[in-house]
Amino acid sequence: MFSYFLRRLFYTIPVVLGVMVITFVLFYMLQKPDTMARRMLGPKASPQAVENWIKQRGYDKPVFFNTQPGGNLFDSQFFIHLKSLATFDLGVSDATGQPVLERFKEGAIPSLSITLPAFFLGIVLAVSISLFLVYVRETKIDFAGTIFSVALMSIPVMVYVIFGQWFLAVLLKYFPAYGFNLEGFDMIRFLTLPILILVIGALGSDIRLYRAIFLEEVRNEYVRTAYAKGVSSGSVLLRHVLKNGMINIITLTVAALPMLILGSLVLETFFGIPGLGNMTLAAIQTSDFAVIRATTYVGTLLYLLGLLITDFCYAMVDPRIKLQ
Amino acid sequence: MTAPLLDVRDLSISFQTDKEITEATKGVSFQINRGETLAIVGESGSGKSVTALALTRLLPEPPALYVKGSILWRGRDVLALRAEELRKIRGGEIAYIFQEPSTSLNPVYTIRNQIAEAIRLHRPEVKDIDTEIVKWLDAVGIVNPRQRMSDYPHQLSGGMQQRAMIAMALSCQPDLLVADEPTTALDVTIQAQILDQLRELRSKLGMAIILITHNFAIIRGLCDHVAVMFRGRIVEFGTAEEVLANPQHPYTKALIECIPKLGAGRERLHTIDYAAIERAL
Repeated sequence: MFSYFLRRLFYTIPVVLGVMVITFVLFYMLQKPDTMARRMLGPKASPQAVENWIKQRGYDKPVFFNTQPGGNLFDSQFFIHLKSLATFDLGVSDATGQPVLERFKEGAIPSLSITLPAFFLGIVLAVSISLFLVYVRETKIDFAGTIFSVALMSIPVMVYVIFGQWFLAVLLKYFPAYGFNLEGFDMIRFLTLPILILVIGALGSDIRLYRAIFLEEVRNEYVRTAYAKGVSSGSVLLRHVLKNGMINIITLTVAALPMLILGSLVLETFFGIPGLGNMTLAAIQTSDFAVIRATTYVGTLLYLLGLLITDFCYAMVDPRIKLQ
Repeated sequence: MTAPLLDVRDLSISFQTDKEITEATKGVSFQINRGETLAIVGESGSGKSVTALALTRLLPEPPALYVKGSILWRGRDVLALRAEELRKIRGGEIAYIFQEPSTSLNPVYTIRNQIAEAIRLHRPEVKDIDTEIVKWLDAVGIVNPRQRMSDYPHQLSGGMQQRAMIAMALSCQPDLLVADEPTTALDVTIQAQILDQLRELRSKLGMAIILITHNFAIIRGLCDHVAVMFRGRIVEFGTAEEVLANPQHPYTKALIECIPKLGAGRERLHTIDYAAIERAL
């Protein structure tokens, strides 16, 4: 088990390196440091100011390898940033000069306060509704439920956001339409609407997917054995089908768990939530390469962590799987 | 004469899909008395498994449709029972073992867990469930039952899995055991062991058995009666000796001829000539 863990940890190194190289190359294809500086400093900045800006942030150094005579081979942009990422220093924002790590710590809590409840609520709702649809399979209720979930997934998230803000916030005044506060009762008022929208937005496709997974399980012979023992339809689903189906569902969901920290780009922007999603979007808009690099790096690590957790969950739920 | 344990009368079952209706059984009738063993022999698609599953309404409805006929279990029509009454019969009075033991057991629960579920359902009076499980695993010839019962199905061999299935079926002390091709997925030596086990358990416990098989060779010495099914109908019914020694129906004759004989010298293996059977009908 432990050697498996170490081996997997070792595999992450080439993956992370690859992601960082690709991010670097892509960004330089789109943005020259010169353009970045001019965008930050405004159109009227003097050539001297632009040069200073570039020098301050080290964008004047060679990109990959320093081949200048007398220079250290690794005294380049790529390796300096790689070093700052590897030590989790994450550097400073190109736009504001704020340390990125500080910004991450600030933004993680607001992001998680939306995504984490939505994640768990979403799983509980989707699993119970899809199990119920399997219970009433091939009836009119099942048919209606399927149509309903197709409708849910066909509506873009924007529509839920705008409808939610207009109907529930502006018209009915249940929730504030915008803003964020984690103190006391305010927390519930501010968080409910974004969480609700996040859940509804994913519910349709999740129900359809889980229903298909459970229907696949119901066709298995162990289900017939359970019926032949005299187990009731409800218990067959809850005891036998649910646990087998969860093996598949875990693969699909646990990998997403660490990504929750990075937050939802759309919702955080629409509701003015100061989370990491909002930060990432702002960084893209201002070409803040330092922040984008750090977000990609942290995202990659979290995703790989998610895959690792998935493997461990697998081994926990399915007795046929042993990690070695 | 007392009423038979199970009395199937004129049973016709169809499978209905959007496109077509397929008749799986056409007017099947047979009886089985307490402690008797009946073999239902036929090829794939002859309707023998459908008949077996229909006895406790295990066929998924839809697509299965009970068109006509009745299934009288101790005088009560199974097709007219409410769901709760049906569940008492399933497992408790009529128990099943299936063809493929590796897929018939739930992969994520231990053997103990799966047998305990059956005992709790049908024999709530049993207090010490573990002892009861060990007793039955021991009865079906599983060595070291106390350790084995904590195993998951994938940790057992095919023969052991099938023994565990039999233990699970017997643990509720059914009056009828329906064995649907119980040895087809196993290799020949294990087949013989499992059949011996069934024979021994039958004489010890006195339950009735319906043995579904496509293989005439395994019924000798185990079954009292034989029903031969062909294309949804029972085409021949009689005592095992009678049918084996003197088959009447051309299909039965063809099936018996298919059994390879040891020491018969150089001879071509027989195949079934359906055109000839249809001409003879």
